[in-house]
Amino acid sequence: MSDGGSPAMGDNGSPAVGDGGLPASVEALRRVREDPHRLGHRPHGPREVVAGAGHGATGPANKRVIVGYGFWIFLLSDIIVFSCFFAAFAVQRGATAGGPAVAQIVDLNRVAFETAALLLSSYTCMLSFAATDARNRLWTQLFLLATGVLGLGFLLLELQEFAELAGQGITPQRSGMLTSFFGLVGLHGVHVAAGLLWLATMMAQVQLKGFRPEIIHRLMCFNLFWHALDIVWIGIFTIVYLMGSGA
Amino acid sequence: MLGKLGLSAIPFSEPIPLITSIIVILVALGVLGLITAKGWWPYLWREWITSVDHKRIGIMYCLLGVVMLIRGFADAIMMRTHQAMAIDAPGYLPPEHYNQIFTAHGTIMILFGAMPLVLGFMNFLVPLQLGVRDVAFPTFNSVGFWLTASGALLVNISLFVGEFARTGWLPYPPLSETTYTPGVGVDYYLWAVQISGVGTLITGINIVTTVLKMRCRGMSYLRMPVFCWTSLASCLLIVAAFPVLTATLAMLTLDRYLDFHYFTHTAGGNPMMFVNLVWAWGHPEVYILVLPAFGIFSEIFSTFSGKPLFGYRSMVAATLFICVVSLMVWLHHFFTMGAGAAVNTFFGISSSIIAVGTGVKVYNWIFTMYGGRVRFEVPMLWSMGFIFTFVIGGLTGVLLAVPPADFLVHNSMFLVAHFHNVIVGGVVFAIFAGMEFWFPKAFGFRLHEGWGKAAFWCAFIGFWVTFTPFYVLGLLGMTRRLQHINFPEWSPWLYLSVVGIAILILGVIAQVMQLVVSIRDRERLRDVTGDLWDGRSLEWATPSPPPFFNFAVLPDVEGEEAYWGIKLRAVETQQLAPEPDYRPIEMPVNSPVGICTAFFAAVFGFAMVWYIWWLAIVALVAAFAGFVVFAWRDVHEFEVPVREVARVDRARRAAREALLERMSRHGALP
Repeated sequence: MSDGGSPAMGDNGSPAVGDGGLPASVEALRRVREDPHRLGHRPHGPREVVAGAGHGATGPANKRVIVGYGFWIFLLSDIIVFSCFFAAFAVQRGATAGGPAVAQIVDLNRVAFETAALLLSSYTCMLSFAATDARNRLWTQLFLLATGVLGLGFLLLELQEFAELAGQGITPQRSGMLTSFFGLVGLHGVHVAAGLLWLATMMAQVQLKGFRPEIIHRLMCFNLFWHALDIVWIGIFTIVYLMGSGA
Repeated sequence: MLGKLGLSAIPFSEPIPLITSIIVILVALGVLGLITAKGWWPYLWREWITSVDHKRIGIMYCLLGVVMLIRGFADAIMMRTHQAMAIDAPGYLPPEHYNQIFTAHGTIMILFGAMPLVLGFMNFLVPLQLGVRDVAFPTFNSVGFWLTASGALLVNISLFVGEFARTGWLPYPPLSETTYTPGVGVDYYLWAVQISGVGTLITGINIVTTVLKMRCRGMSYLRMPVFCWTSLASCLLIVAAFPVLTATLAMLTLDRYLDFHYFTHTAGGNPMMFVNLVWAWGHPEVYILVLPAFGIFSEIFSTFSGKPLFGYRSMVAATLFICVVSLMVWLHHFFTMGAGAAVNTFFGISSSIIAVGTGVKVYNWIFTMYGGRVRFEVPMLWSMGFIFTFVIGGLTGVLLAVPPADFLVHNSMFLVAHFHNVIVGGVVFAIFAGMEFWFPKAFGFRLHEGWGKAAFWCAFIGFWVTFTPFYVLGLLGMTRRLQHINFPEWSPWLYLSVVGIAILILGVIAQVMQLVVSIRDRERLRDVTGDLWDGRSLEWATPSPPPFFNFAVLPDVEGEEAYWGIKLRAVETQQLAPEPDYRPIEMPVNSPVGICTAFFAAVFGFAMVWYIWWLAIVALVAAFAGFVVFAWRDVHEFEVPVREVARVDRARRAAREALLERMSRHGALP
């Protein structure tokens, strides 16, 4: 890569291209274009270096890369929290203490709607970030709103499920299996609720402050968070609901 | 309105906690009064409490750690003296109080003593050694520190409001469930550890991101000082293991507050699941502590031998090997669980193999000294004491890693001797070595050498006299945590151990004297050069103490041992590098968000402990509101003008010129 092709860097290591410049993603796109099948045929060496990405010996990364990277690491740690609750469910799924078994408490119809709502919300979330990339406030807000509504729908369906179960006396206090079921699904629900709170705060910030660099960074982190919740939900959907309904 | 909280929570009938509480409160009030009378609050608020400077936060971490080490040491004195007095006698601590003391001792020493100190060193050193101006997330760094401090505060509040857990430092269920421990002790433990755990996680994420994404130009991975490598490995373990602790304690909290059945022994709960989960955190935790300690020793051995570290790459490989394998050994804490021969064999082998990584390091340190020009300064004494102590601790560890042998000494005093052998010999010695080594960097004057040597010898001898009897007692069959002892034949060993703790007390006094004398004589002990030990990594390129922006111009590293290279070039050419082109520097502005969040977290924890639900909700809402206010600020950074940068750096260059002249006059360098 010639120097002319790299995003211009400011003296202090931050992108000089201002709000519109997203060096890391631009660079990623360029790499895909030049090497679409990721065969690694592009030569490595000094010419490969991307200033601001924090690679090798190029000096500190720019703020955007640092924020995204740190948030990824946080997400990994959060996924480890989930993994413990998954492990507890795996250990305790047979510990029904004479109460209902997993197959008797899962309702695949409702879960299908929940899953659809959450996956769709990830899609709208991504669209909102595409709008952010284009610096379009209206569409950013609309898609964020759609994300929030779908997320809220998911949460309400989950609450309805919990309330129905509780109505039949199926509560976490009943057995080890139910403890780990409500614990795992509930932990995800708490994350979605926290995500909605964050989402509302971000919408207010976008509206009142516009696309300042730090707000774009936060939108990026929110996107990562929301997608991570989706990934965790896929695990819950598969392991708790699908595998549970067959058990 | 006040939940379970009432006047009965104050231990009026128990003189020891009551008198201690009164003294602690009086001392605290005295300190606060002194600060108010002297009008130091604005300075403290501006320069320390709201500071987002990694060096300030690192120093505050260390201060917290030292205070908590003393608190934990007081617990240790009580346990030793009580056991010596409880041989066929009642002793002076009733069982419920004694149980709180050994629980508090473990919790405080590991989580609020050693952890803050280790995190403090990482905070202070990593950006300096990497040649950058701060960690990746300076404000979150402040949040992390203050959350750890609120956890420590909650533990100490439990001393005089209510009680602390009596379950041991890891609250094993079903004992820790409400059925058997209905009081607030375990709840104090849960919320204190949970809050400080979040703080630790924040710091872990911060350091990982800093090391991986914020190195100065030319600082490729294999040019980083070993301390940065061990910090990275330690923080990777924090990111991987602390969430497990968070999850486990959350489950126990649900059990206790909402009658869930994660770990109960009824209705399908599984107590052994707690033991597995908590050690899946707990074993990596000991490496979280000891890896940075290895890093500290690596820097010291190399500096005081006047040689590059022997086997740098094997050191890096061994660090990462330990980092990975430490996640695969947790079951050796409960071989007696009955998991069967195959499982025990796997974990026995993995526990033995992890010693290979440490063995590589020990040889590397020894070979670093070999052929070097070793200077027996105080940090070096601690380091050599460490090698001796840690190797013995490691060998008894390998013994415990053999399941059949472990069955014989499981939960005995032999085990207690082993883990003190590695944690005191490894981590605590490293902390004291590191303090001697980097104190001048942090404060601009060195510590008094004579008192430092006295402190080392008292600690070293005191350690062995205290803990060697434990090995014997363990082999004689004494189990840990005994409140009452009815085997008089153990008494000589228990008395000997009290002699040891007396020597250790002398060591603590020597440390305090060292600090007092050094502060008194600070003008005589001042480090004017910034490089008083003839250092090799970039922190010694800065003046002592470093300016808040660390480096006027970020260094451009051209090889391993970044500063050594710069220094050699200066000596060879008989001049410093030409004066750089100074530019204004952007630095993050101070923020009270850390202390505010931590305050509300402490209030939340306290409210949860005492079932004051409204207060808990208020605290949560306030914490969120605080974050929103923080998120709304528009000014994130301020600019240090060129004039100021140039002024600071020219002073540094003048000191270096003088040093260079002195060195060439004496021929101190090749």
